[in-house]
Order: sequence, then C-alpha cells, then structure tokens
Amino acid sequence: MGSSEEFDAIVVGAGPGGVSAALTMARAGLSVVLFERAERPGQKNVMGGVMYGRMLADVVPETWRDAPVERVIADERVWLTTPDTAVTLGHKHVPHAGPSDPPNAFTVLRVPFDAWFASQAEAAGALVVPGTTVEDVILEQGRVVGVRTGRQDGDLRASLVVIADGANSFLVQKAGLSRRLEPHEMALVVKEIVALPPATIEDRFNLEPGHGTTIEVYGSVTRGMAGYGFIYTNKESLSVGIGALISHFMKTRITPWDLLEGFKTHPLVAPLLRGGEVREYLAHAIPEGGVRAMPRLYGDGVLVVGDAAMMVNNLHREGSNLAMVAGRMAGETAIQAKRAGDWSARTLATYRELLEASFVLQDLRKYERLPELVEHRPDLLETYPAMLSEAVHEMLTVDGVSKRDKQRKILRRLLARRPWWRMLKDAAEGWRAMR
Amino acid sequence: MRIEEKLYTLRWKHDKQTHIKITRADVCLERCDGEWHRPCTTFCPANVYAWDGEKIAVSYENCVECTTCVLGCPYRNIDWKPPRGGFGIEWQNG
Repeated sequence: MGSSEEFDAIVVGAGPGGVSAALTMARAGLSVVLFERAERPGQKNVMGGVMYGRMLADVVPETWRDAPVERVIADERVWLTTPDTAVTLGHKHVPHAGPSDPPNAFTVLRVPFDAWFASQAEAAGALVVPGTTVEDVILEQGRVVGVRTGRQDGDLRASLVVIADGANSFLVQKAGLSRRLEPHEMALVVKEIVALPPATIEDRFNLEPGHGTTIEVYGSVTRGMAGYGFIYTNKESLSVGIGALISHFMKTRITPWDLLEGFKTHPLVAPLLRGGEVREYLAHAIPEGGVRAMPRLYGDGVLVVGDAAMMVNNLHREGSNLAMVAGRMAGETAIQAKRAGDWSARTLATYRELLEASFVLQDLRKYERLPELVEHRPDLLETYPAMLSEAVHEMLTVDGVSKRDKQRKILRRLLARRPWWRMLKDAAEGWRAMR
Repeated sequence: MRIEEKLYTLRWKHDKQTHIKITRADVCLERCDGEWHRPCTTFCPANVYAWDGEKIAVSYENCVECTTCVLGCPYRNIDWKPPRGGFGIEWQNG
C-alpha cells in the first residue's frame, strides 16, 4: 500500500524537533508536509530562552550563522536564595567566535527563531502548512497511516507521521503510545519579556556587547514548591521567569502571577530589572517526568520527538537541543525506512537505537530518579540553600565572635534544623538521583 | 503588576466558538469545593477560570494554551482542545 500514500512523511508541529525532522527528510529528497497550528511558525512557541549551538549546527551546518540569536552566553550563574540573601556561584568565559564553530550556548526568542528555522525546512523542500491544527491520527489495524486536521476534507495520508506537537501531546495519547500524564510530571512556567536598552543590560551584567548572562535561581523564590526562577539576557530585553510543578501549584494555591511578582521583587532580582518595561507575559508547560514518563518513541508508521516525548533535562535546562537531535535522528531513520520500503515498527526501531547511543537518552536515564525526589521533597530546595546561606552569612559577619565559636554556632544551628542522620539520608537520596 | 495588566500585553486571534468546556458542572459544585477548593481558579496563569457562585465561568478568550488545566483539574473535568488552526494566542516574542 506504500504507493497510495500522498507523502512520505507528515510532521506535526514546527518547533525545534519537528523542523529538524522535516528538514533532514526533505534534504534527502523525501516528500514532507509540516503542519503548524499557528498562523506563522513560532507564534505558539515559548521557552526560557537558552539554546545550544552544536545541535543546531548539526541540523543546519550551512546556515546556522544566519539564525536570529539574541546574545552569546559568556556568564552562567546559579543563586541559592533566602528571602533576603543568596549564595552565588558562577562561571565566566570568553566565547570564541570562530567562523566554523557555533557558540556553545546563546539566548533566543522563539517567535523569530522558529520562524527562521521553519523557513530553512521550507528551503530544503518541505511543504510548510501553517494555521492548521492536527486533531487526530488516523489508525488502521494499529498502524498510523495519516492525520486528521481541522480543515474541511482535512485527512492526509503518509507512510510516516512524526509527532512533534510539544509538551502534553494530545497526539501521543491518540496514537496509543502513552499513558496519561500526572500533574507532577509537568511544570508550569511563567515569564516576562522586560525591555531594557542594550547598554544598560551590558552595564548591569558586566558584559561585552553581544554577550549574555544566564542566572538560575533556587531556594525561597519558589515558596516551597519544586521549581526555579531564571533571568536570561536578550539583545534588548531580559527573559525573567519562574516555574514549579503543576501538582505543587494545585496544593499551595499560589497563583503563577503572584509567584512571578514575588520573584521580580526579590532584593537580588529587582535591581536588575529596574526601569524595564514589561513587553509580554508568557506561560508554557515543561515536561518534568523524565525517562519514566516517556511515551513509546516509535510504532508502525509513527515516531515521537521533543517535548511530546518528554525529552527535557531539567537540571541542565536542556530541551530544544534534545528535540533537535531527536528530530534529526527521526529524519535519518525515515531515510532508511524509505530506502528499505518498510515503515513498520521494526525498521523505525532504529530511531530508539540512535537515541540510546546518544547523550539524549543517556542523560535522561542518568537523572531517572530526580523527578520523584523533586516531587516528594521540595523542602530540599528550600532548607539547604537557607542553611548554606546562614552559615556563610555568619562566617562573613565580623562581630567580635571568634571563628571557632562561629563554627560551633553554625553546627549547632544546622543540627537543630536537621539532625545529622537526616542530612546524611538527604545527601544519599540526592546522590542517588543525580550520580 | 496585576494579572489584568499582564494579560493586556498579549494578542489573540479570537474564535467565536470556545475550545474549553467543563464536562460536568456538578463535580465543581459538589466535590471539588470540599476536596480541592477549585484549584483551576488559582493555577491558570491567564485567569481563565472563575467561580461565579454556582459554576466555573470560563473566559476561554484569555487562554494562552499552556495546557496546565488538562493535568491540573483533579477530576480531569476540563475538556480542553487546541484552538482551531490560526486562532488563539499569538506570542510576539516567545
């Protein structure tokens, strides 16, 4: 029945994963249609803002230099906060600007970036169809044979459907590839685009023109929920956001906008935003369930990539790069399937093997236990930053008390908050989840 | 900055028909109040859901399509579908 198909492949969703898949297939001469529900690719897409150069260059080795990048990351910081203090860590480097080496990390705004990225797939020969919502997959004898769109007479058949419709994918469920997700397997993140002049950003963050800073903020700012805040520099704005597990929003009844306002007024955050104008308020879901919440990644006539497949490494804020790798590997698998004339699960299993051999599944497996720990022990993210901050604050306060007495005082206070055996247990749990 | 002001920064292409329905009003009225205190009225980042004394009023035209309500309703009582093609939120920056 292969010859009756109208296209080799249908890709659903023009994000980093879907575009990478469509582009890889189109470049190899496969006939590809890429559906996007926004009027223009990018208009429905949101992320914190950090993207990685290597994975982009692997997909578009010729044109990655033209990508609409905001700032190349030169300074990465982590803050562990209490309501009025923070212990800060960081790493700075001078990004090397080689013509053949893409920068390691850079910030983007997804509306312009995704529009550009989708145009690359179009240039490679994919048919991009925006303004079209895919409502269902068409199943015949357990095999995916096409999709049902919201358009009139909107059924379309293809040998392969690549599901890349993003976080909380409806199509993965409809294709029977996943159990339903639970509220602790997804986070809600809200952010704002805060406009500031480029020179002000470079002054406040000690940056060369074009360079950028990322700050991830843990501790009191999430008010006992599992999550973190972030500040990322763009050319003429900051992306300022914060998120937590949906299950914790349900329990605490803290509204997302109150959480964001509290973050913005933290004494360490507020001075960075001063005088900035809020241009846009955004919200999006981020997969948090990890490898244990993943759907089946392939079936007869179907592959799943990116957020739809829960491919997010939260600890390292990686997601769009994993989607690009997965999209490329889905595309490479499709090229093999086309050559073999077989689009069954047996051939498409190559996709999973490629992912297993790459850092994508290896990293997600490494942190397999982390989601569970984060869901059940959000207190770890509040208690330890507070204890550390208090200890450092005590040592730095010069008040006539001897350093040895200060050490004793710190230890007494620590043990009063948490007995030593519980700290050992917490450390062991943390180690198990991250080793 | 209040939520109303935050939402004022956004653009939508509004559909005349809703893409959000409450499946069973009695669940919100009889069960959710006592057991969960209607968390949709607090977790939705676009303030789509409000309790009007009898039922959940759904301001679907405020929806920013984050899908939190799909998982966050303890009774899976919110029937949320993506808006029809081309309708709904249009981010300017992303």
